[in-house]
Amino acid sequence: MKIATRLATLCLTLGLSTPLWAQSLAYVSNERDNTISIIDMASLEVIDTIAVGQRPRGILLSPDEDLLYICASDDDAVEILDLGTRQVIDTLPSGEDPEQFALHPNGRHLYIANEDDALVTVLDVDTKRVLAQIEVGIEPEGMGVSYDGRWAVNTSETSNMLHWINTETFEIEKNIVIGARPRHVEFTHDDALLWASAEIGGTVHIIDVESLEEIHTIDFRIPGVNQDRVQPVGIQLTSDGRYAFVALGPANHIAVVDAQTFEVLDYLLVGARVWQVALSPDEKTLLTTNGVSGDVSVIDVDKLEVVKTISVGRFPWGVRITSGTES
Amino acid sequence: MDTSQQMRRLVYGLALGGWLLAPLANADEMSLRYGYLQWQPDRGPALAQLTPEPEDSGLQGARLGISDNMSTGRFLGQSHELESIIAASEDALLEALSAMLEDDIGLIVLNVPAQTLRKAVEINGDQALLFNAAARDVSLRLDDCSPYLLHTAPSHAMLTDALAQWLSWRRWRSVFLISGQTEDDQAWADAFRRSAEKFALRVVADKEWTFEADMRRNASAELPLFTQGPDYDVVVVADERNDFGDFVPFNTWLPRPVAGTQGMAADAWHPAVEAWGAAQLQNRFHKQAERHMTGTDYAAWAAIRAVGEAMTRTESADMPTLRDYLLGDDFELAAFKGRPLSFRDWNGQLRQPVPLAHPNSLVGMAPFEGFLHQHTELDTLGYDRPESRCHLRD
Repeated sequence: MKIATRLATLCLTLGLSTPLWAQSLAYVSNERDNTISIIDMASLEVIDTIAVGQRPRGILLSPDEDLLYICASDDDAVEILDLGTRQVIDTLPSGEDPEQFALHPNGRHLYIANEDDALVTVLDVDTKRVLAQIEVGIEPEGMGVSYDGRWAVNTSETSNMLHWINTETFEIEKNIVIGARPRHVEFTHDDALLWASAEIGGTVHIIDVESLEEIHTIDFRIPGVNQDRVQPVGIQLTSDGRYAFVALGPANHIAVVDAQTFEVLDYLLVGARVWQVALSPDEKTLLTTNGVSGDVSVIDVDKLEVVKTISVGRFPWGVRITSGTES
Repeated sequence: MDTSQQMRRLVYGLALGGWLLAPLANADEMSLRYGYLQWQPDRGPALAQLTPEPEDSGLQGARLGISDNMSTGRFLGQSHELESIIAASEDALLEALSAMLEDDIGLIVLNVPAQTLRKAVEINGDQALLFNAAARDVSLRLDDCSPYLLHTAPSHAMLTDALAQWLSWRRWRSVFLISGQTEDDQAWADAFRRSAEKFALRVVADKEWTFEADMRRNASAELPLFTQGPDYDVVVVADERNDFGDFVPFNTWLPRPVAGTQGMAADAWHPAVEAWGAAQLQNRFHKQAERHMTGTDYAAWAAIRAVGEAMTRTESADMPTLRDYLLGDDFELAAFKGRPLSFRDWNGQLRQPVPLAHPNSLVGMAPFEGFLHQHTELDTLGYDRPESRCHLRD
């Protein structure tokens, strides 16, 4: 708990003490265009498009927001994009078909799901050495690391499991079967709970991290939308513990969930086949990637309203937002 | 953990080289045995021989299903084992079935024609749960259902409904139907005529292909004449054994597309299905079998995966428990078609989207938008509950 508090403080110091002149940018990976779209969060317009490796999907920012790590799935590599120069400066050996990944709070250990090989690869981003390869279920997909760095959780889509990996031993300590085709995991900011989406099950499962038991299942019912179109994928949780936002795939809606009572408060209509979501660091704005319609919806978190749609590349997949970079 | 301790662990990890960290498994292992039985009669010489059905079509799907179940099962202390036989005759197949039943194998996937399946059902009684991975016969789903037979292969009616829905959606409503002379062709054509009525298409010409000439020499001479008649939007071919259907495209009297068993065809699966994670299934299959996955492979795979899923959820290897779960409301299978699959509890049919594809590309996946249903859009394909005289769950 102490470590978590200290880390949280550290994050606050590093991440949120944004200089006034900084420019907040969103990065969107376009799976079928092999590009990253850059959106200026002030004007909400695409200001640049950068060519990257083949089939970019999962993306994440380094803690200092200088680098963007990109899963170039069809190149079997993780690319490193320098956000200052907007050049790909390096690639990491990721194992085959990397889809999603998560960075340990130590900023070095990258946990990569290798979808075709039923493996999780742990990579040291500084030395580029593979630290471990952990056998998991079929089609590993989602990856999450707890804020305190103790757990790495991987979802296997066809085995329908959450694999809890001890980040010190790189061994699986627990497997939890949840709904069909688990896609994405997200720890609450206090590490007390894990939220996990099950795409085909149409559910979100809440796991108590202390006991490693499921404590709640969330169902979604959108009037006028056929139940088997409700396919939860991306999840974002606000740091104040108030809201969870869940992308519902081909149901074309974002569910707004009360993160305390697990009650669904609202459904917001966005673009077609909404996959991933990202909160801006100030948590005032939520972006969604809409795969089929090729755009990004902008949601005002205070009003819980979609305020704009931004056209990006073909099949936008991942999205990350910086608090600000020196320009 | 301090840094030096961490480094020691890393070095230890590296020293082990490619050794993979073993997952945890329960001490008391639960194991399940499956049978796979295949016999398909020789379908006689066909004119189109370029892409014959692979001899192990179905078997490779079953094998992949077992390997997928194993990858999941090892985390739960569950193991899966397959015994497979490709028989040389119907008698040999039925003997092999009896032997498997005697050996207490409780789950058996069958890749056999409908008439053989009926005999297998009779021999089986209530001993094992059988899965039909090949026969598309409608009556097995409509009136003579068995409580111990589930179908993972789509019926003729599901396939032709998928096609008719698409034609209706495209507003290509006038159909020139050509059917072959085999029983299968006739069954396919019957199903299509029913689908045409269901989705308001008009069969403006309905002809049987009786020519025996070799079309590779003179298709261009014979087919244009054969397809003369009233104006039509599309030619639909019923040629299950791939005898003449491949020669119809581009040889029609009017410049019209061709669909049915050739041209744009409906099947349980197609190599061009890539969305919804299907690319991973195709890759896994290709790695194992070194060929494309067929509709029969898919049906056999789905049967074994369905059982694996039921075992994961029920934590049981007991056949009646698994059967009840498979036919129950909680069962759903993630099977790379973009929606959860489940069994129709009245006739044991696996409800599933149906891909429509031409040889190298996917055109669409039925059911299509706008075809509504009070329970699930998947039940717009094939015979619905009120039309069937089967009531398995009661």
